[in-house]
Amino acid sequence: MAAVRVEEVLAAAEEQEAEKRRSITVEKELELEFDLGNLLALDRNPPPAAGLRGAGPRREALLRALARDNTQLLVARLWELPAERAGGAGGPVVARLPEPAFRLPREKPPPRPRPPTRWEQFARLKGIRRRKKTSLVWDEQAKEWRRRWGYRRAGGDPARAWLAEVPEGADPEEDQFARLRREKRERVARNELNRLRNLARAHRAGTAIPAAPLHPTGHQSREELGHVARVARVSTASLGRFQPRLPKESAEPPSRNGGRKRRFEPLLGNLADERSRQLQLLRDMGSKKPVLDITRAVNKQLRQEEAEAAANKGKKQSQRGKRGRRQQRPGRSGKKSGARRQQQQRPAGG
Amino acid sequence: MRPLTEAETRAVFEKLARYIGENIQLLVDRPDGTYCFRLHRDRVYYLSEKLLKVAASVPRDGLVSLGTCFGKFTKTQKFRLSVTALDFLAPYAKYKVWVKPGSEQSFLYGNHVLKSGLGRITENTAQYQGVVVYSMADVPLGFGVAAKSTQECRKVDPMAIVVFHQADVGEYVRSEDTLT
Repeated sequence: MAAVRVEEVLAAAEEQEAEKRRSITVEKELELEFDLGNLLALDRNPPPAAGLRGAGPRREALLRALARDNTQLLVARLWELPAERAGGAGGPVVARLPEPAFRLPREKPPPRPRPPTRWEQFARLKGIRRRKKTSLVWDEQAKEWRRRWGYRRAGGDPARAWLAEVPEGADPEEDQFARLRREKRERVARNELNRLRNLARAHRAGTAIPAAPLHPTGHQSREELGHVARVARVSTASLGRFQPRLPKESAEPPSRNGGRKRRFEPLLGNLADERSRQLQLLRDMGSKKPVLDITRAVNKQLRQEEAEAAANKGKKQSQRGKRGRRQQRPGRSGKKSGARRQQQQRPAGG
Repeated sequence: MRPLTEAETRAVFEKLARYIGENIQLLVDRPDGTYCFRLHRDRVYYLSEKLLKVAASVPRDGLVSLGTCFGKFTKTQKFRLSVTALDFLAPYAKYKVWVKPGSEQSFLYGNHVLKSGLGRITENTAQYQGVVVYSMADVPLGFGVAAKSTQECRKVDPMAIVVFHQADVGEYVRSEDTLT
């Protein structure tokens, strides 16, 4: 008896063990492909064809079982990864994922190329190509290879040039050194201006080039400062509604067109859209019609007035009849009945 | 040339509704093509999509008129219906007034319609309701506004005005230069 019971107990324990293992072991014909860097598991096994056709709870159950099995395999793989503790000794156990192997497609569209600068356009037009320049130039005077520009350049240090010839046709009183310095400054400024113009053009054309490096602080124009101030005002959680204003600043919100004239719908826009909008407008207009039908009210009022007028007429005639009873007795009844008949007829006709 | 804004569309529809009521839907939503309203130099034109595409290629200062002119917006943005819309509104008119042959000419010269010239009038016409004026041969002559309701028309004396003149086909001759 005890032996049987022990066997039973052992069998039961084995059942339980098998049950547990069944829940964590999954059998598949084809092995799954794993990309643990992306937490991705690819199952290339053909699905059970019979159950998946048509909607229903059976299909749901099959799909759920499939998902559970695949997730089990993925999690088992994750557990095999080298683990460590994050955040020191007491932190959670964290698996270190390998590099992702599967290339995901772009989330956002690729950036647009910047538009060519004025020089690039001109060069393309003329067919000018870049000539690779050597970094060192032979300096005849120093008899050695010197840099093209910079420290110890070929041609000597321009700051130490002690002679500046007066060119032909120039004013003899003019300071040539000052002129050279001024021209250099102008060239530098022009170059900087063109560089910023190119940046601005690229930014306007919508490329990924940000507008931030356009002007260093201190050199911004009034419009740019205004624009930046507007953007800063609106960059709050309430979209700038409760920001304190300067004493002379206007209180109304800035127009969406930025002070430009009003914008209209495009001429040949979506005509079906326009039509549906107009029909909606008609429906809204129609629903607000007054409940009171003015015509009927007016007609009713007129009928009442006519009835009263007829009643008064009848009263006057009866009064006259009382006074001139003897002369008008035959006519009196006729007139009264005539008036009454008229009264009865009019409501039906009106 | 541009489409009408919301406010302008509302003004136009309200004016049209005074004459044709809810039949405006039949103008907006036509089974035989897409028709639309466009604004050019304060005048509202009604034209088909095909014509619109062709008219879009004409320069703005060279464009005189397109499709059918329904009316114009005045300086204070009020919409005034013109007689050129008669062909589109006459079939859908809700309230009609027929004028006797004797006073047809008077109406076509721009005068109001008197009670003596009134032939027939639709029942249940309210006062100041927009009406379309016809001759006794059912030829549309123009627009008007009922000065008296149908009930009142019956009782009023013969020299009283029953329909105020708004537009008539005689304008095609009288204002030939300014009509677009």
